[in-house]
Amino acid sequence: MSTDKNTDQPELIHIGPEMAVAEADVMPEETGAFVQGTSLWRDAWRRLLKNKLAVFGLVVVVIITIASIVGPTLIQRVFGFTPDYIPSHDSALTQSFPPFTGPNGEFSWAHPMGTDNAGRDQLARVLQGGQISLFVGILSTLVSLLIGVSYGAIAGYAGGRVDNVMMRIVDVLYSLPYVIVVIVLLSMFRSQTPRGQLILLFIAIGSISWLTMARIVRGQVLSLKNQEFVLAARATGVSNYRIIFRHLVPNTLGPVIVYATLTIPQIMLTEAFLSFLGFGVQAPLASWGSLASDGIQNIAIFPWQLIFPGVTMALTLFSLNFLGDGLRDALDPQMRTV
Amino acid sequence: MLRFIVRRLLVTIPTILVVITITWVLIKLAPGNFYSGEKRIPPAIEQIIREKYGLDKPWYQQYAKTMWPIVSRLDFGTSLRYSGQSVNTIIKRSLPVSAAVGILAYLLALIVGITVGSIAALKQNSKWDYGSMALAMLGISVPNFVLGPILVLIFSLGLYWLPPSRWGGFPSRNLILPVLTLSAIYMAYIARLTRAGMLEVLRSDYIRTARAKGLSERDVVIHHALRGGLMPVISYTGPALAFLLTGTVVVEKIFALPGLGNYFIQASLNRDEPLIIGIVAFIAMTLLLMNLLVDIAYAYLDPRVRYQ
Repeated sequence: MSTDKNTDQPELIHIGPEMAVAEADVMPEETGAFVQGTSLWRDAWRRLLKNKLAVFGLVVVVIITIASIVGPTLIQRVFGFTPDYIPSHDSALTQSFPPFTGPNGEFSWAHPMGTDNAGRDQLARVLQGGQISLFVGILSTLVSLLIGVSYGAIAGYAGGRVDNVMMRIVDVLYSLPYVIVVIVLLSMFRSQTPRGQLILLFIAIGSISWLTMARIVRGQVLSLKNQEFVLAARATGVSNYRIIFRHLVPNTLGPVIVYATLTIPQIMLTEAFLSFLGFGVQAPLASWGSLASDGIQNIAIFPWQLIFPGVTMALTLFSLNFLGDGLRDALDPQMRTV
Repeated sequence: MLRFIVRRLLVTIPTILVVITITWVLIKLAPGNFYSGEKRIPPAIEQIIREKYGLDKPWYQQYAKTMWPIVSRLDFGTSLRYSGQSVNTIIKRSLPVSAAVGILAYLLALIVGITVGSIAALKQNSKWDYGSMALAMLGISVPNFVLGPILVLIFSLGLYWLPPSRWGGFPSRNLILPVLTLSAIYMAYIARLTRAGMLEVLRSDYIRTARAKGLSERDVVIHHALRGGLMPVISYTGPALAFLLTGTVVVEKIFALPGLGNYFIQASLNRDEPLIIGIVAFIAMTLLLMNLLVDIAYAYLDPRVRYQ
């Protein structure tokens, strides 16, 4: 779901080429005068902090991330149950308690989000699901960064026929109904272990999410490669590999960071979508998508089983999107004047 | 222009064949078979099944047996699960359901999205602008499988206004919730795109000229600004269709609609090979043709765009 960024955001965002070269090769670190040269990032950071919505997004994302990482352990320390702990009640009816309710209908702090069908604590499940969802989002984004940046930079720098062939391949991959193919892949190779299914999910999502990144980086590299600093590097005998990865790629970082921030929520959404349909994360592992999928079956009787994971996920995506938009405004000099 | 269309159509055919082949390879590479289930099948019966479906033949013969009817007369064979029903019949039967929901959702998204986006751009930095853009961000962030059930919870199980699920024919109240669920995210995207496009256009010289020659604000917006400001929205139409297709998969599952997406999920779970291949090919075809139409529309609307 990247197209919005394709059209919404100008493809070429210029960030002074001097800076990265200075950092990479030329600048001796102790010269104080040059430290001012990196103020582009400080500038962007200052602009980001002025954007209230972006700061809100940043704070929420940090809180949810920390809560997901330490939350399940903390709950175990305080209340004594793990996310997959199933209590053995005698109650023949249901184990699913509403929020803040104990087994006998009394008020209780033990389950602020209620419990699921088997009596597992919903808060612990949501936090554990957050671990998986964030993990998938961040790791797949890193994979897409790695492939997309290398591919785009090589295509852009090589130019000519190589570039043409490489970008035609991207075009063809773009036009495939990839989610459909991914569903076929995931359902055919259904792994026996939850961990195996998770790895399959990475491969599936990672292999499709690098396309837009490759296009963005290629566009950047095309506009940079004829500048003097590249000529200078070539004249001093720097190898092609080094020119691409030490001189050109660092200069594309601005748009790459912006796009990566906006890729994370998209990938999390894709993961949730696949898990919701039952092709992604499998029990006993949980993600927000699979929790929502479990919850929807009991929506009429136990609505909290859907609402809590769903709202947590929506809040996270909301914040990540605001953060990404804020970063774009902060790093993009063209948008600054608007 | 004609050369462009012909060339694009010529690229489309091999692309679809590649998609079909990828799907076929995935199915064949995967362990197990459509008949392998919980029960162990006696070897003699398995032998008969393999012979009946030609699974005892070498892979290239199986490939040819799948591809030849498709290439020669667009025949995708017979479903393994819904026995006796050809894949083409199933697609023909389920397409109207998906198309009704999808087209209505897209029209709704266009109307609401363009209106809201234009208002936000015309009243930039007002509370209308901030309010609608925050709402649009919410629309992008709430997954449709969360939005759908919440709408059901409110309007069906809470207020008893609308039926919670099932297909009820074309113009029926059953359509309202699925269409709303599906269109929310496109509404949001289109509103954002329209606002961005309009903001850019409203600052351009030709709008200043239009205003300077004394046109009413209404004429300036409707006749001049919208045409340029909607270009990003049009280029989003192609990709939107792709997402619409995946969106319908979820919406059809939530609301139990007998559409293409639901059949596709069932086919994937049942390993109904001909049906999987048929639906994948159909979706790929629709997608590629829509993208072509979008490119043509783009060239007509923006005289600066020229294809060779």
